[in-house]
Amino acid sequence: MFAVIGTVPNPEFPMLAGRVTLENGDICIQGRRVTVKRGTPALLAAAIKAGETFSQEEPFGYLVGDIGRGDGSHKLYQYLVKDLKQANFHTIVFHYLQPHIGWHSRIQSVLQKLTPKPILIADAGFMYVAKMSGRSNAYDLFTPDMGELAFLADELAPHPFYTRGFLLHEENHVPDLIARAYAHGNAARYLLVKGRKDYFANQDGVQAIIDSPLEEAMEAIGGTGDTLTGIVAALIASGMEVGQAAILAARVNRLAGHYAQPTPGSQVSDLIKHIPQALEDMLKRQKEYHEQS
Amino acid sequence: MAVFGFLKKKSAEMEENKNGDRGFLVFENTSEVIHAETLLKRGGWEIKVMGPPPEIRSGCDLVIEFPLIEELKITKTLQDAGIPPLQAVPVSSPLLEPVDLFQIKDFGSYLMVQAANMKLTVEKDSLTIVNISGGGCPDVPFLAEQMVGKLFHEAPSPREIGHTLCGYALQLAYEEMKRRCLQL
Repeated sequence: MFAVIGTVPNPEFPMLAGRVTLENGDICIQGRRVTVKRGTPALLAAAIKAGETFSQEEPFGYLVGDIGRGDGSHKLYQYLVKDLKQANFHTIVFHYLQPHIGWHSRIQSVLQKLTPKPILIADAGFMYVAKMSGRSNAYDLFTPDMGELAFLADELAPHPFYTRGFLLHEENHVPDLIARAYAHGNAARYLLVKGRKDYFANQDGVQAIIDSPLEEAMEAIGGTGDTLTGIVAALIASGMEVGQAAILAARVNRLAGHYAQPTPGSQVSDLIKHIPQALEDMLKRQKEYHEQS
Repeated sequence: MAVFGFLKKKSAEMEENKNGDRGFLVFENTSEVIHAETLLKRGGWEIKVMGPPPEIRSGCDLVIEFPLIEELKITKTLQDAGIPPLQAVPVSSPLLEPVDLFQIKDFGSYLMVQAANMKLTVEKDSLTIVNISGGGCPDVPFLAEQMVGKLFHEAPSPREIGHTLCGYALQLAYEEMKRRCLQL
């Protein structure tokens, strides 16, 4: 089983922990429904859709309402420090949480004691705080976009808002930015960089580039990075090795986007419904490729 | 000895990073610092008044240490109270400046402006905000819910309803978009 930890953009939403299902396009947890627009609900919806192909059990969610005040995130951190001690997850994804170094350290000290150690994925605010804390190497996978990669590459920046101009993201600098992030210890064991081209990398550099199909409009659509993180998490939780899962997830996310025929005004829910078909098609292509070779 | 050397190094690294999520607010004079301290403590923020580091050369002999991630909300609160800080800078690197480069992408019927990790897309004809993407702080999905689908001039600005540095980056993209929309 895998867990997804994040927030929903509603200050009244209570802290809830439990299995998350998808019903008529909304995610449901403990009798509460959340519309999928972007952020952690989009990640969860994509993970559930990807998991359908493997008849995977639904993810376990830890969710709380937070609109940037940090109050919800702090309540959730407090709960996690106790609850994760007894947890037995294969994979844990940390997502839209208010960055706070003190809480990050406490969560990390709990995670370090777990046996077997879960596969740890960090994206969004929790990736920021992992880097701020100098503890990026405690994670197995980060899923930054180009702007966030520049932030990881800038050893001084405490947040992407302070990334220095000379590092700002241009596609042809991606290998250099990846190398710089690893050189300063600011990258996880693996990176899946989301963008016009997706890059899978480790400390030895770029291992794979996934660049087709290309839908230019996807860059503008909020939540397409969340869906990629959700798909890769579901694939890893199914037992797939991180590298294989990352490359397949990038292909599936792009193909689902292609099937949606998006414009820059499309919403991520248009893409999510195509994930099962995209995953099925990619697995079929992989199988045919292996049979031919 | 090697073990102790390692522990010492590790401990120094942790020490170095423990204030990575804090910032300094710099003010013109001590009276403003005292006023700001009262206001922010009343607002429930974890803050501390202290002496400035040598890198900060402007302002008075006191600064306020604050949660950097909430820079947008905190500076707005101070501005509304008539005591805007001269500067807000990261504790870890006080000389860093906020991002000031924008990336622009023209999709034909749509225009996208990116500042740091935040992207804002507007339909040119109607000037409707159609998408907000990027960012990782919890106010980003909230800002998107409040702004997407609204006409640019009717939507709330990130400065009004945002809290974090991601919200601040979106505010910069919003201002740049506003400047460009007036030219459309």
